[in-house]
Amino acid sequence: MSWIHIMILLPFIYAILVPFLYKLYSHKLHTGWFVMPIPVIIFIYLLQYITPISSGEKIYTTLAWMPSLGINFTTNVDGLSLIFGLLITGIGALVILYSIYYMAKKREALHNFYIYLLLFMGAMLGLVFSDNIFVLYVFWEITSISSFLLIAYWYQRPKSRYGAQKSMLITIFGGLAMLAGFIMLSMMTGTNSVQEIISQMNDVTSGPLFVPAMLLTLLGAFTKSAQFPFSIWLPDAMEAPTPISAYLHSATMVKAGIYLVARFTPVFGGAVEWFWIVSVVGMITMIWGSFYAVKQTDLKALLAYSTISQLGLIMSLLGLGSASMAFGFTEESAMYTVATGAAMFHLINHATFKGSLFMVVGIIDYETGTRDIRRLGGLMTIMPISFTLSIIGGFAMAGLPPFNGFLSKEMFFTSVLRASELPIFSMETFGIMFPVIAWVASVFTFVYCMILIFRTFAGKHQPERLEKKAHEAPVGMLIPPIVLSSLVVIIFFFPNIIGQSLLKPSLAAILPGFTQDGAFEFITKIEAWHGFNTELFMTIGIVIFGTLLYLSHKKWSSVFYTLPEWFSLNSVYNAALEKSETVARGITNNYMTGFIRDYLVYIFAFFSIALLTCVWVLKGVSLDISNNAPISIYEVILVIGIVISALGVLFSKSRLTAIISVGALGYIIALLFVIFRAPDLALTQLIVETVTVALFLLCFYHLPEFKKEHSRVRFRITNLIISLGVGITVTLLALSAQGNKLFEPISSYFENSYELAGARNMVNAILVDFRGFDTLLEILVLSVAGLGVYTLIKLRKQGSGTNETE
Amino acid sequence: MRPNDILLHSVTKIATFIILTFSIYLFFAGHHNPGGGFIGGLATASVVVLLFLAFDVETVKKYLPLDFQLMTALGVLLAVLTGVGSFFFDAPFLSQTFDYFELPIFGEVELATAVLFDIGVAMAVIGTAVTIILSISEAD
Repeated sequence: MSWIHIMILLPFIYAILVPFLYKLYSHKLHTGWFVMPIPVIIFIYLLQYITPISSGEKIYTTLAWMPSLGINFTTNVDGLSLIFGLLITGIGALVILYSIYYMAKKREALHNFYIYLLLFMGAMLGLVFSDNIFVLYVFWEITSISSFLLIAYWYQRPKSRYGAQKSMLITIFGGLAMLAGFIMLSMMTGTNSVQEIISQMNDVTSGPLFVPAMLLTLLGAFTKSAQFPFSIWLPDAMEAPTPISAYLHSATMVKAGIYLVARFTPVFGGAVEWFWIVSVVGMITMIWGSFYAVKQTDLKALLAYSTISQLGLIMSLLGLGSASMAFGFTEESAMYTVATGAAMFHLINHATFKGSLFMVVGIIDYETGTRDIRRLGGLMTIMPISFTLSIIGGFAMAGLPPFNGFLSKEMFFTSVLRASELPIFSMETFGIMFPVIAWVASVFTFVYCMILIFRTFAGKHQPERLEKKAHEAPVGMLIPPIVLSSLVVIIFFFPNIIGQSLLKPSLAAILPGFTQDGAFEFITKIEAWHGFNTELFMTIGIVIFGTLLYLSHKKWSSVFYTLPEWFSLNSVYNAALEKSETVARGITNNYMTGFIRDYLVYIFAFFSIALLTCVWVLKGVSLDISNNAPISIYEVILVIGIVISALGVLFSKSRLTAIISVGALGYIIALLFVIFRAPDLALTQLIVETVTVALFLLCFYHLPEFKKEHSRVRFRITNLIISLGVGITVTLLALSAQGNKLFEPISSYFENSYELAGARNMVNAILVDFRGFDTLLEILVLSVAGLGVYTLIKLRKQGSGTNETE
Repeated sequence: MRPNDILLHSVTKIATFIILTFSIYLFFAGHHNPGGGFIGGLATASVVVLLFLAFDVETVKKYLPLDFQLMTALGVLLAVLTGVGSFFFDAPFLSQTFDYFELPIFGEVELATAVLFDIGVAMAVIGTAVTIILSISEAD
């Protein structure tokens, strides 16, 4: 166990202590203070990896877990996982600090909150650092579960429960699909390690499971990262407390899918399916999310849709970047790696500004009691710091200088422009779509950013519509967003620090084929000003068109309401959920009738259909009667007697006749035993038959008076068919089996019963000596039956007093 | 008011012994001839049932003070114990053995452990059969 393992497991271990700390100190000190050191420690620990990682080192440690299955807790620290690890712990620490001021000490169940949060943090760390795909899957599911718990933190609210259930269903669905994809990968390569899969992938890219494995893995990534059409869970997850929304649903969990796509780019990238699916789904998500974000009136919903849109942007960049692998790792393909670089850069930027924006929205909610845009306004002078913060975050999101969003947006445009000139993947015809969609989506992004900033802070203050008297937030609540916002600005001015220390090693992890130095040269020269080029004009166009659209927003916003309410992904989801329930209930109600006769029909029908099919398929019928004994006249007479009494049971009008016929049947069988020379059987059969008939008569005597029917058995055609079928099946099988003895019977052994067991009665010798164990259990059955009758009758008589049906 | 069934009573008194003798015969004959614990047990149970039919249940219980549920349990226990007994001779569970002995009155007699097992079977059968019939007849 190395330090990195301890660091990953630290949140889990510490989560055990949290309830004790809560119990002991919660009346004095907010529990969050005890939790905050954890992410700080891990963050500082991870910082020391930057130097070795940026110089190209890879740190690989193994902790045996299930070595026989090839499942070990292997950690792989490279540029990609380090970026995520720093984001998770850095923003985690800030979110915990924020939550100390956001979550009230008295009202909230803080121990639950911090346990779930620590579970999530540990799972997320494990996810990004583990190299074993199955361990990755384990952590993946723990993030789903802890996110479920966090969304439903205020479980008294139905909307929280709905949102939690929805996110659970969708992300677990994707997680399971991903597991299937992982299993396929492990089958193809014979290894569970991502790095080894990457090194072996060249041999199996053409394998039959390549595309299914890719699709299933992508399904997992898309559901987790809220890509179209699985994005519907993210807006409903906004019912969680705001620190959670800031942490999970903007900075970390939704990026797990991004991480997965980036991590598996060396495996699948270069395939045409991967390129098209990832980039097109990302593009659709981006424009869809940005379009719907404009519609929202709830600040958190707006941010949720904007998260969806930004995730789509990153996803599409990862798709476009994979084109560089299709060319092989040559000098000219290096120009397409800028898309991957932009993806990783925007990933960091998005985490900073979106985290800060969520915190600002939380502050507004906390201080005014509402998140509704229509009720807010004019907060600029009342909450100046929040206003500044939201301007920084909002402008960064819109892609304006001097904030880091501008840089990644420019790189994004560079990528789509270069991608549109790709000479492969039929991009000559469709390529132009990418810049157009990207530009339109950016315009919408600009519009909702302006709505977010100016609808909230500009305009007229309406104190009468707010639940509280608005004022600036406490300092502790402002520190985390201030830290994040300063990062937004710092990254703009010094992008190359991040570029050299984090982006470059992460690109080396995503595109490991590029070994030459020049491949990622754009990283070193990220700068705000690079002359008058197409990207700059696109940004200027965005500002102009975006401003026009924002100013005329009232005039065209009715376009959102032209589509009917039912025409949305949400209603499809709800209808599917409801439909599957009603259909399943309908099916169950249809066949689970509660009548034993129906169940017997299923059992017997299945029995005869299955066996007859087997007989037919295997051609098992062979009626060989050469070995049969000659039929004597006594046997014929007895069989006729059996048939007559059996028919008597079937066609009797009264129950008494039926019982007598059953008795006759039993006695004839006893006679059959006699002529087949089985005296013990005959004796037993006689006595048992007598007792059974007596018991039948007893039951008959005690039938209730009302509705006593003396009608004959009602005729049903299905019953006739099924009973005939069962009869035919049994007869066929018995005759076939009888004519085809595979080996000699073993009865010759029992013929030595006198020598072996000292008994001349072979049957008895078998019962008590050779196979005495069966007899032992049979008398046990008998005595249990006797005790059963006794207790049934005695307890009924006494009446236990607590009848369950009443 | 019960009818005066003196005939039934008299016949029962004689028949009981005949049936009981027969059932004991069936039991011991089982080793070499048709019969055995199961049939012997059922025949013995039929004696008790006949007594129940002819006389009152209370009367029979007074003169035949047997707990039939206990008898069932003891029967199963005996059968299990004969199985366990074979462990003392380093033999697998339920190994039976037999040998011939010279006894004072009977001359040469074959004694088999299987008979002990069969006694367990017979006791379980008697106990169960009588328990069932008694419970149902007392049900009303």
